[in-house]
Parts: sequence; C-alpha cells; structure tokens
Amino acid sequence: MYDFNYHKPDSIEEAARLFGHAEDGIYLAGGHTLLPSMKQRLAAPSDVIDLGGIEGLSGIEDTGAAIRIGALTLHDDVATSVVVEAAIPALRDLAGGIGDAQVRNRGTLGGSVANSDPAADYPAAVLGLGAELTTDQRTIAADDFFQGMFETALHEGEILTGVSFPKPDAATYVKFPNPASRYATVGVFIARFGAEVRVAITGAAPSVFRCTDMEEALERHFSADAISDVRIDPDEMNSDLHASAEYRAHLCIVMAKRAIELF
Amino acid sequence: MVETSIGQPVKRREDLRFITGQGQYTDDINLRGQTYAYFVRSPYAHADVGHVDTSEAEKAPGVVAVLTGKQVKEEGIGGLPCGWMIHSKDGSEMKQPFHPLMAADKVNYAGEPIALVVAESFAEAKNAAELVIVDFHERDAVVDLASAQSANSIYEEVPGNTCYEWELGEKEATEQALAGAAHVTRYTLTNNRLIPNAMEPRAAIADYNPGTQDLTLYTTSQNPHLARLILTAFVQLAPEHKLRIIAPDVGGGFGSKIFVYSEETALAWASMKLGIPIKWTAERSESFLADAHGRDHLTEASLGIDEDGNFVALQVKTTANMGAYLSTFASSVPTYLYGTLLAGQYKTPNIYVEVDSVFTNTAPVDAYRGAGRPEATYVVERIVELAARELGMDPTELRRKNMIREFPYQTPVALEYDIGDYEASLDKALQLSDYDGFSARRQSSEANGKLRGIGFSCYIEACGLAPSQVAGALGAGVGLWESGEVRVNPTGSVTVLTGTHSHGQGHETTFAQLVASRLGISVDDVEVVHGDTSKLDFGLGTYGSRSLSVGGSALAKASDKIVAKGKRIAAHMLDSDVESIDFEDGSFTVRESNQTRTFQEVAFAAYVPHDYPHDELEPGLSEKAFYDPANFTFPAGTHICEVEIDPETGVVEIARFTAVDDFGNIINPMIVEGQVHGGIAQGIGQAMLEGCVYDHTGQLQTGSYMDYCMPRADDLPFFSVDVTCTPCTHNPVGAKGCGEAGAIGSPPAVINAITDAVGVRDISMPATPEKVWRAIQESSHV
Repeated sequence: MYDFNYHKPDSIEEAARLFGHAEDGIYLAGGHTLLPSMKQRLAAPSDVIDLGGIEGLSGIEDTGAAIRIGALTLHDDVATSVVVEAAIPALRDLAGGIGDAQVRNRGTLGGSVANSDPAADYPAAVLGLGAELTTDQRTIAADDFFQGMFETALHEGEILTGVSFPKPDAATYVKFPNPASRYATVGVFIARFGAEVRVAITGAAPSVFRCTDMEEALERHFSADAISDVRIDPDEMNSDLHASAEYRAHLCIVMAKRAIELF
Repeated sequence: MVETSIGQPVKRREDLRFITGQGQYTDDINLRGQTYAYFVRSPYAHADVGHVDTSEAEKAPGVVAVLTGKQVKEEGIGGLPCGWMIHSKDGSEMKQPFHPLMAADKVNYAGEPIALVVAESFAEAKNAAELVIVDFHERDAVVDLASAQSANSIYEEVPGNTCYEWELGEKEATEQALAGAAHVTRYTLTNNRLIPNAMEPRAAIADYNPGTQDLTLYTTSQNPHLARLILTAFVQLAPEHKLRIIAPDVGGGFGSKIFVYSEETALAWASMKLGIPIKWTAERSESFLADAHGRDHLTEASLGIDEDGNFVALQVKTTANMGAYLSTFASSVPTYLYGTLLAGQYKTPNIYVEVDSVFTNTAPVDAYRGAGRPEATYVVERIVELAARELGMDPTELRRKNMIREFPYQTPVALEYDIGDYEASLDKALQLSDYDGFSARRQSSEANGKLRGIGFSCYIEACGLAPSQVAGALGAGVGLWESGEVRVNPTGSVTVLTGTHSHGQGHETTFAQLVASRLGISVDDVEVVHGDTSKLDFGLGTYGSRSLSVGGSALAKASDKIVAKGKRIAAHMLDSDVESIDFEDGSFTVRESNQTRTFQEVAFAAYVPHDYPHDELEPGLSEKAFYDPANFTFPAGTHICEVEIDPETGVVEIARFTAVDDFGNIINPMIVEGQVHGGIAQGIGQAMLEGCVYDHTGQLQTGSYMDYCMPRADDLPFFSVDVTCTPCTHNPVGAKGCGEAGAIGSPPAVINAITDAVGVRDISMPATPEKVWRAIQESSHV
C-alpha cells in the first residue's frame, strides 16, 4: 500500500469538498474492494475519504411502498433486519449470502453498488427490484445506473447516499457461486410487481443486466418451463478460468428456473 | 496413568498456545536493529537479464542496501543443490542446471528473485523495490508439459529440457505379458499441478553477528538440520558449527517447507554481508509464485489382465514437470517415491515404469503431501476401476481378487512390503459406508433428478523415510535415520529432544505420550523440544510420514536406555542385582518383593549420587539414540467416496466419505483422525477444486484465493473414519505413519465416484462443475 492522506469528514458536504480538493481522491465505505486493491498496489489514491464518520448514511427504513437502506448499511444489518425480512425476504437472503461473516460485517450496500463489480450480488437486487438510488445531487433509476464493468452513472465525486427498494409482491435470488472466490458466477434476481416481472442477472456478463426475454416469457406465463426456450447469447457472457461463456449462459437459465421455483 | 497411555486421545497440549495467540512463529520474533527485506522478482517467465540499475532504489527513504543476483554471482555463492541423484536409463547423471540464490543473467520462471532490498521498514523496502530497474530481454517461455521435450531448450546444457529419463522394472517381461493378456485397459491421465498453501507463509530472520561470526537463521523449516547442512556444505555460507537454524512454531508445511529456497539463503548471505539482522516474510502472492508446487504429471498406463481377472502386467510412462530448477528433493518424487508404489496392494507380477522429468519456465515442483505416492495411487486405482468397468466386474471384487495376502511381499518395483491386511480395511470400509445400501440410495437420488456414484481406492504408501543404506543406494544425498534424546531431570520430569519437527502434527503431545508411557510417568511431566540446531543432535526433520515411525523409534530406544540405567541405579539403592529388578508403571521393584523405588527417586539419586554405584555408573540420567529404519513402513487402506451430482449444473456433492486405514500401532487416535481429515480435505481439494494454471507465456493465472480454490469446510462432508491394525514389524513402536494417507488415498476415490455417477471414463482433476456438466452433456444422461 502506498502512502495516502486519510480524511474522516462528518458531513457529506465536507466529504465532497475534500474530494474536490484531492489530486486523486476516493471514497471509503466498507473498503472490501478498495483496501485489497490498495494493498496489492493496484489502486493508489492520493486521498482516502472515509464516509464512516457521516451520520445518517446507514440505517433501514420502511417508507411504505419501499425499503430505504442507507449506503453505509452493513450487509449483515440487511441480512438480519426484520424490516427487510418482512418486506423483501429475497433481499435479506441476498445480503446474507455475500462473502462470509467478516465480510458482511464490514462491507456496505453503497460500496458494493457504487463499485459495480460484475460479480457482486447487490446490483442484481437493485436492478431486479427497479430501485431508486439517491446521491448527494440527485435520484437515479436503477435502469440508468449500471453502465458497464465497474462503471456507473455516478459523476466524479458524487456520493451515493442510499437505495430505495420498491416492495415487490414476491422476489427471489439464486446464485451459482464461484468455487474459489464465492462471488456470483451467475446470480439471478426475479421480482413480481403485479403483472410486471423483472429479471436481473449478475456475474454472467460485464455488468448486471435485465433479461427482457425472460421477463416477457414470465409475464405471459410465470413458470420455470416458460423460460426454457429463452436463449442467452454466450457472446455476451464473461469467460474465465472457472466458467466459460457457454457454461455461464446455461447457468443463467438454470439459476433463473430455480429462482422461479422458489416463488 | 490411563489418561496418558498409548492409544488414548489426549488433547493436544500445543493447542492452548496456538488458539490463544501465544504461538511464536518466525514473524512474531523481532530482533534489536532488525531490518526488512523485499525481493525484486521477475515479471517474465523466461528472459535475459541485462543491466540492473539499483541507484534510485538505494537513494529511497530507509534503504540500507540493494543487493543483486549479479553480486551473488561475482562472489561465487551457491547454487542450491538437489539432494537426490537420479540416473537415466543409459546410466548418465540427471541434468542439474545451476540454481542461483538470485538470478544474475537470466530468469527462468515468473517470480524468480533478482535482487533484494534491505530497508528499515517493510514498506520502505517494498517501495524501493519498485525503483530497481531491470533491463529484460524476453524469450519464448516453455510452459506446456506435453511439448516441453520438443520445445526450445531453456538451458544449453539440457537438450530437450530433459532432466533425466528414468526407468524401473522389467521392460521386456512387462511388454510380453501385456501382449499376451486377455484384456488390456489403457488410461491416459493428467495429475494436476497444485500450490501448497501452508497457513503461515515462508518467513526468515537472518542474524549475523560480526563479533562472534555466528549466523543464526530463524526460518519456517520442516528440517532445520538439513537446512544447516545444505547452507554449510553446498552453499558454503558459514561453517556448520557457526550456523544455527531455529525453526520455531511453524504453521503448516505439507512438504513446501522441507526445501532450502533462494529467498532464505539470499537473506542469510545478505545478513553476513551487511552484519545486521534482516527479516523477510513472504506475502501470500509470493507464496503462490515461489513456493515449490506439487504433482504435475502426464501419464499413459496399460494394465494387462488374464481371462480369470488376474493382473498380469502394468506399464506406465510418465512425464513429470520439474519447473525451472531442481528443488531440494524434486528428482526423487516422480521416481523412487512414485515408480516404486505402482504395485499398489496387488500382486501384479510384471511392472515397468518410465519417467521423463522435464524443465519448464514455471516455479520449481517438489514434494507436496504424499509426494509421488498420490500420483502412483491415482494411476493404479483409476486404471483398476476402469478395468473393472470394462470387464463388467464389481470394482471391489476385482481388487480383492488381486490383493497381496502373503507377507513379506517383494514387489517387482523394488519395495518389500513387511505386513498388511488389505482385505480387512476393504471389508471394514464397505461395511462402514453401507455399500449394500448404495443401489437404494442411487435410486433415491435418481428419483430426485440427481446422479449418484460410488468410487473406491485401495491405496498403499511407503513411509518412514528411510533405511539410509537403501536411500543411499538409490541416490539420496543424506541418511534418513533420526535422533532422539531423553533427558531426565533430577525431580523426575523429562525433557525430550527430537530431530523431527512439528508444524501442526501434534508431536508435543504424541511424543510425550510415547515417552511417558515407556517411563511410567505422567504426560504432564514430559516436555518436547524440537526445531533448534543448537539444542539437538543432528536430525532429519519431518516429511514422508516419518516422525513417529523413525523419530518415535529413536525416542523409544532412548527411553529404554533410561530404564536400563535406572534398573542399575535401583539395584544399588535396593541392595539387589540388576537382573532382579522389574520396571513397571514407573516403579523399579525387586522381583517378588515389596522392595521398590519410584522413577522419581531413582532420577534424584542419579543427580544427587551420595549413595551411588560410582565404580560402575556415571551420574546423571540422560540418554540418546539414533534410529535407522530397517525398511520403509507401508500404511495402507481403503477409501470409499459417494457423490451426488446435480446434472443441470455439474455441481458434485460428496454425500459420504469413508476411510479405513492401517497405520499400525496408534499413540493418539484423535491426532491420527485429525491427520486423516486434513489429508482427505487436501485430496478432495486436488480432485475437485485445486488446480494451478499458467498461461502460455508462463504467467501464473491462479495467483490468489480469488482463483486458486482451496477446500473449505462446507465443501466437505462428515468423514467416516476407522482403522485396522497390523503393527509394523521392524520398528519398536509398531507404527507406520499417518500424515499423508488422506491425500494419497482420496483423489482416485473421488474421481472414480464422479465418473461412476456420470457414466464416463474420465474427468480430469480438478473435476470442476463445468467439466462435470460438459461430461454429462457428452454422455447419455441428460
């Protein structure tokens, strides 16, 4: 790890100001991607701005139609929340399946979502539930947020403050973990809002994506069989040591069917 | 004395300090004036090294010195030797390229050290290392094992990259028997390359004192005396009596800490040159790159069987990867630890094996838990299972039919098995695994849309390394006896010193039990000391499941000498003659009398010899013994694996795993069971999860836990473990060794089970979900 300036501001305004003044600043939430990258010298920010000192960035709230979760809320807090459990048990399950107990007690919702790791779990829930993401500047719809591998709609210096997850009639999440890292090789989140079905798939491609073919098929008939003929194009899948594009494409269907069977 | 006696599951006494963070590992030790080292490593697998510019690094904050491979070369230090000479078929000696402490002119694997930065802090050393500018001229890397012998030569003096072409057994007789066999099963396999991953990475502190000219090296070694011998006699760093090696608490080795590596040796050289203590602790990514890897074989095998199902011949041709240099014992692993085991548990009369060992631009490959024996077991137990399927026989019956039943048994591949009862282990394992209920369980799995399979492995290993004369005749550069010392203190407590080394095995408990039971004292009155060349006689260390059968035998002999001398002291104290003294449960008694002296009373008399037979005995009560085994030991057993596979994903769940092993006499069954569990975990790791991958340029692709898949607790089932016992016939403990068995026996059982479930001949290790899914696609199932 290279030397860097460490800041722990107590307000969002101060955090943004520090970022604006930094040569190469970066925000620190749970640090579960940032710190390993810095230790391996793959990231070398001049200034690390720790958001952990800002009040109001963590917490879980039932707003009626949605569950609003602060960006700095720990995975473990989501996984053990009675509010989340009552409204969106699939979100509780997803959070409870991230990493291990140590990771879940440091990693945060906002850190995961803002990083947009193609193998992260949370983006599947954000996109699958059609969440609204709030920042210090604006509100962004999930459909507009994820733009590619490690790319989001966040502007330079913009701070994600929370995510509002609409309550579905029902939702499920099933993932196929990478045997080594336990990140999602393929993770499928399916949510029903009345007649509308949303299907978001993480791990499989450079960024989380909605599978509209599955959504349409499921809106016609909500059953595992309904998606048997959906074709996932291997050319759009990731391929690595652990899973080829072809295998990932196959797993998208299998995991989706299993997610449907959990309804 | 029940709680301490042999065969009792005494809790491991070392665990209190380990689980409360009180262990003293090398990195926990800090010396006054200590500096820190960081190695500059090659980013290329194969390149010429031009100018090495250290000027900017030397000016960096905190930097004490920057030393390079070019300086090592100028001073003529090294290289690192390989301790086992193998001769090719034509009688020529193996090719041994110069193995430098740090590369001077050419690098031969990615991660090879080139220079060493010494600084006042670790961070400063690491920062400065980035400022060392090396002028590389990249060459084509030789990476693929199958084509390495026809690729460009890495070393001018090693044509075809071939280290040796070794053979064992009768070629002509084997070929004839195969030609005449009623059935021949052929099998081509890959034994996957593994990275050891001890929990504690390698670490060292080299501390040279210019005043006394003593060099102390604290290091993560499985065999500190051997390290001292190599650093003295081969690297010629310092005279043996001025060199002290301390291997304190060591967090796992699995073979990878047997070897004398570049880094620790360069560190010792640097400390002598600079006259200051220097610490180096490997980062995990360095461990992946530069610890000696394991396995990595390509093999073709043919098993001939007569019309009655008797094995008549086994022919094996293996290409073994040595990596870029010959590590300390690399040459022996695919030869005398592999070819000699190809008889397995069977009376196959004709066996012939050829092994070509070749160099590639990858990290050196050497012994890893099992070392050669897992590779041999994999060949034998896979091909036997395939033969049973081809013949339509029950795989256990084909094995049973061919098992050796008369001992001693001379195999066609050099070893003489002293004792065993292979059917006893097989029968017990079949019962424990409920083999009879398998078809019902398979039906139940099928009803749930799953595939179920069962696989067997009846392994044997040669442990207790090794009879020195035999080892010497086969090319070993050292003897393989062991030393032990039992020092009785005046109050009757005992300090035991052993030349073996414990890095997780629980010797402090097992050896205490062994000595306590022989001396009739409490295990709490025994302290075990190991891992410091200044405290102990020479010793050969721990590997090859040798510690109890060889090191324990030395301690048994030393204990017996204590009892013998104690009897003479007691005879004097009791005014009797030594022939009339019995020793039992810690008391010396005049036979058929109530005249008795306790062990503690006799010990006290030995050290306060006011009334003592001075004319015939020296005072004191301390005895040493050196034990050289008469033969290898032959642990053997049966592993049975049962899997259930999800055909949609290829995910394999191990539903049951049964291991029944014959380790001879057992001192502490709880420790033995723990060793079996760990070994099976590593074996399942090899079979299903672990695989080292280099790309075609020689870059390591599996250089972190994100990509190198270590087994986790939730990958493993509840193991069903039991033992049978035929005591070793030739050592005083009757023990055979248990450390490697799990890793040896389990991989073929797993792959036999998976291929049985899927209905295919082979799935290469590691059998990942994708490979299994593809095999299912290609077979008749889905």
